[in-house]
Amino acid sequence: MQDLDSIVSQALSEFDAIQDASLLEQAKARYLGKSGAISERLKTLGSLAPEARKEAGAVINQAKQRLEQALEARRAALKQAALAAKLQEEALDVSLPGRGLGLGGLHPVTRTLDRIEAIFRSTGFEVADGPEIETDFHNFTALNTPENHPARSMHDTFYIEGNSGVLLRTHTSPIQVRYMQAHVARHRALMEAGHAMPAIKIIAPGRVYRVDSDATHSPMFHQVEGLWIAEDVSFAGLKGVFTDFLRRFFEKPQLSTRFRPSFFPFTEPSAEIDMSCVFCDDGAGPKGCRVCSHTGWLEIAGSGMVHPNVLAHCGIDSERYIGFAFGMGPDRLTMLRYGVNDLRLFFDGDLRFLSQFR
Amino acid sequence: MQFPLSWLAEFLSDRIEAERLAHELTMAGLEVEALAPVAPPFAGIVVARVEAVEAHPGADKLRVCRVDAGGAEPLQIVCGAPNVVAGMKVPCAKVGANLPGLAIKAAKLRGVDSYGMLCSARELGLSQDHAGLLALPADAPVGQDIRSYLRLDDQIFTIKLTPNRADCLGVLGIAREVAALTGIGLVAPRPYAAPVTHDIKVPVSIAAPDLCGRFSGRVVRGVNARAATPAWMVERLERSGQRAISALVDISNYVMLELNRPNHVFDADKIRGGLEVRWARPGEALLLLNGQTIALAPDVGVIADQGGVESMAGIMGGESTSCTADTSSVYVEAAFWWPEAVAGRARRYGFVSEASHRFERGVDFEDTVAGVERVTQLILEICGGEAGPVDDHVVNVPQRAPIALRPARARRVLGIDLSDADMAALLGRLGLPVARAGENFVVTPPSYRFDLALEIDLIEELARLHGYDNIPVEAPRAPQTMLPLPEGRRSDARQKQVLVGRDYQEVINYAFIERDWEADFCANSSPVTLANPIASQMAVMRSSLIPGLVATVSANRKRHLERVRVFETGRCFRLDAAGEPVAGFDQPRRIAALAWGTQLAEQWGEAARKVDFYDVKGDVEALLAPVRPEFERTDHPALHPGRAARVIVDGRGIGVVGEIHPQWVQKYELGSAPVVFELDLDALGAAGVPAYREVSRFPAVRRDIALVVAHELSAASLLDCLRRAAPSIVTELEVFDQYHGTGIPKDRKSLAFRVVMQDTQRTLEDKEADAAVAAMVHAAEQQFAAKLRD
Repeated sequence: MQDLDSIVSQALSEFDAIQDASLLEQAKARYLGKSGAISERLKTLGSLAPEARKEAGAVINQAKQRLEQALEARRAALKQAALAAKLQEEALDVSLPGRGLGLGGLHPVTRTLDRIEAIFRSTGFEVADGPEIETDFHNFTALNTPENHPARSMHDTFYIEGNSGVLLRTHTSPIQVRYMQAHVARHRALMEAGHAMPAIKIIAPGRVYRVDSDATHSPMFHQVEGLWIAEDVSFAGLKGVFTDFLRRFFEKPQLSTRFRPSFFPFTEPSAEIDMSCVFCDDGAGPKGCRVCSHTGWLEIAGSGMVHPNVLAHCGIDSERYIGFAFGMGPDRLTMLRYGVNDLRLFFDGDLRFLSQFR
Repeated sequence: MQFPLSWLAEFLSDRIEAERLAHELTMAGLEVEALAPVAPPFAGIVVARVEAVEAHPGADKLRVCRVDAGGAEPLQIVCGAPNVVAGMKVPCAKVGANLPGLAIKAAKLRGVDSYGMLCSARELGLSQDHAGLLALPADAPVGQDIRSYLRLDDQIFTIKLTPNRADCLGVLGIAREVAALTGIGLVAPRPYAAPVTHDIKVPVSIAAPDLCGRFSGRVVRGVNARAATPAWMVERLERSGQRAISALVDISNYVMLELNRPNHVFDADKIRGGLEVRWARPGEALLLLNGQTIALAPDVGVIADQGGVESMAGIMGGESTSCTADTSSVYVEAAFWWPEAVAGRARRYGFVSEASHRFERGVDFEDTVAGVERVTQLILEICGGEAGPVDDHVVNVPQRAPIALRPARARRVLGIDLSDADMAALLGRLGLPVARAGENFVVTPPSYRFDLALEIDLIEELARLHGYDNIPVEAPRAPQTMLPLPEGRRSDARQKQVLVGRDYQEVINYAFIERDWEADFCANSSPVTLANPIASQMAVMRSSLIPGLVATVSANRKRHLERVRVFETGRCFRLDAAGEPVAGFDQPRRIAALAWGTQLAEQWGEAARKVDFYDVKGDVEALLAPVRPEFERTDHPALHPGRAARVIVDGRGIGVVGEIHPQWVQKYELGSAPVVFELDLDALGAAGVPAYREVSRFPAVRRDIALVVAHELSAASLLDCLRRAAPSIVTELEVFDQYHGTGIPKDRKSLAFRVVMQDTQRTLEDKEADAAVAAMVHAAEQQFAAKLRD
């Protein structure tokens, strides 16, 4: 009969060599099963003397335990190996793109409008809106531009057929007129009770229309106007607010502005606002480049103190309240911000262009 | 307004450098658009006389000239110009001269020595004329530098004048402004009165004082209309952008540019009887100097004689009394026309004239006689003749009311600390008469300024002269109040972000579109139409954003894109009697999106599938969530009749979703059908504020019900029926499957519903769940003859 030690060592090496869980269980049966080698040994105990039986039994049991531990260890190792193999098999090519819908994008001019709104909101300006088909009164007359006024030739106006006195607004200023009228109506009781009119502090963004079309003019374009009316605003404040805005918008704290006298029927004094060229001014003053026609300055907005006649048209006491207004072209701001050189691209719906602004 | 600096200098006591002048003017509101030298820089070119011309021995087209350029010895110069002849005076570039892009050296031309070059106008950079040498007048002094002879060291200013500064539409007016800005003295023209040598007058009657405030004129007889316009005048006119025509016309234009004093020179012999100034009568017409015949409206002012209308008052003269080469007697007229009487008339007839441009902005009413005298002076000088008496009719000129200026008000409006003394000094520089009344200044505006009537007008003048640059840059002081932020309203920006997150790209399309698009996509035969569209394909205002989005697909398909997902927000326009705030027009704000091509961009992990109705309906639901709209089959001209739904919120239609109609897919060459939606943007904004509901701690029970119903029955109707029958323990009821096929009759379909039941207070018993399901099934059986699917 084979001695116990050699059975154990044979079993251990057999277990170690097995790579498959079911073969391991078969091997277990050969040693520890009912007629396995170890069990056979146990059956021989009966023929021994009680003292010897006890001793031999302990030895066999020890061997049995060793085998069982070895089996357990082998089972765990095989399970671990199987898991590792499975994980290996399940591995993905993580470099493949993700699945599903992509992301769209906003129009570049919307990005600009959003920024303008956010900057002005941060200092308490509300956003106002109004109709694009307007009356002659709101677009011109209420803005101190009566019929036949030479300034009307500055705006080439689209008119609506069959409706004299109805047009496509040529600027967003009629929004201001409507807002001022509504504001006065809203606070009439307060003012009649002797209180001051709450300040008007709005920006009015929107689409506007003029009969004009070339590389720098579109028959439809955008404007944003601002209006601040209170007891204590001044031209100096206008300079402050708009200069601050441009510095925030272009993220250039050193940007400088230049206010030049100009003429708009609805403001007086009026000013054109130039800013130092964002392409050639590195903080030490503009040097002049192609974009600014080598002047160092870019014409960026119109502005002025609200004309007393306009305040009067809207029912505001022009002695007590002073206002300033400004108007700018967000399309042009967008062109300058992103270096776009043709205005028409904005309204062309070319997705190859638009999808760049994400 | 264009003029040469040399002309302006005549009215200034000191020289001013061109660049500095340009800066001063621009910063004072007279924007210098262009500043250009009359000639490019060159040197060493003189007036020369061609003494003799001989053939070149070696070249047919070349000549050998002997030229006197003022030196001790004549020069031999080879010249190829066809017009070179002995005796002519020409510009000659001597050896050592520098022309634009060319240095002159002694050279041998086809074997003959040449010491210089005779020049054309183009070679000097004066014009594009290269037909031959620039022929100079016979009296040009030989040897004189051409720059000084032709006065080429001059600069041309072009100023973009704003409509309020019509007083600067003449060189004298600009000089007045320069004097105010710089302190340089103004040299006013010397007053002139022509000797009166006869007493012939043209009778004048002014029937419309609301048209004509003043009318001054005189007859000058015995003029030679064929006299040549002198070179100095031609030069100034040309440098001011005016072509020289004939002496009388040129004199008239010259005085207009010099004094900003429009005037008219009639052929006096062609005036029948006297002149009458009045409004046009019905049926009257006029042949204008520009060859155009116009029918005159009754609000157009005219000057008429016994034979009819002679000219459009303040706008343009007529052909019948115009001067010709044979004219020998003229009537010189200068008038004040009221701005409101002239404004807009010329534009209405489709033209603008130098006169109307000035009169509608306002022209000095006190210098009509000075204007007539200045024209007379030049006529006598150039054309000769004898002047008659000036006939001056003053009927109704503007009153210049004094304006009170409160210094404190000026400081408040401008936000500057300017002393009273500073203000007085600034106003003084304008040459305005200034008086003091208590704290205030009192200023009477001059007759040539039509932009000064209110206190604010003077405040503007103060700001301008003080310099906008010298006004501080300040943050306004204001009470700090916070803006309202209504949580129940969603911003446009949020709606846009939802669509961006669902792979849509924003576009901005024109609001004016083709009439056909309105007809096709909106069945709109009476769109809002533009009276003056820029092009026929931009003739009407859109009543929907859908056509523009479809056009975006067409355009991008032509650019070979295979998948387009776009959206737009903007106003649409419809005639609507109840519309407001502009009566007669409804102008709703809308949001619309379109998806075309595959639902997903081509990718490895998903099979390609065309976008369909339910994809886009999902986008609509996402936009509106948590509001749950109803969808109802609808007919829409743009959409497939079986694949179009109205979107309903709180019983109100707020838009549509659907597939573009196959006939438009074909007509607009789209290849496959886009799916679109269009919603009322303002309706989308209402979202409400979330409200808390208790979360149950007890287990939920799920049961599925599959019901077989008629094929045409909508899922929403069945769901509605089940909802009404469901007891309150039902917390969720949704469609999760639709099936027709094996096991279901052809005209039927199976709809499967997920029913989730839960109580917040206790665990539900099975029999309660069974009873709930039974009640719902029973209702469906009763209402729609539904059968539980086996």
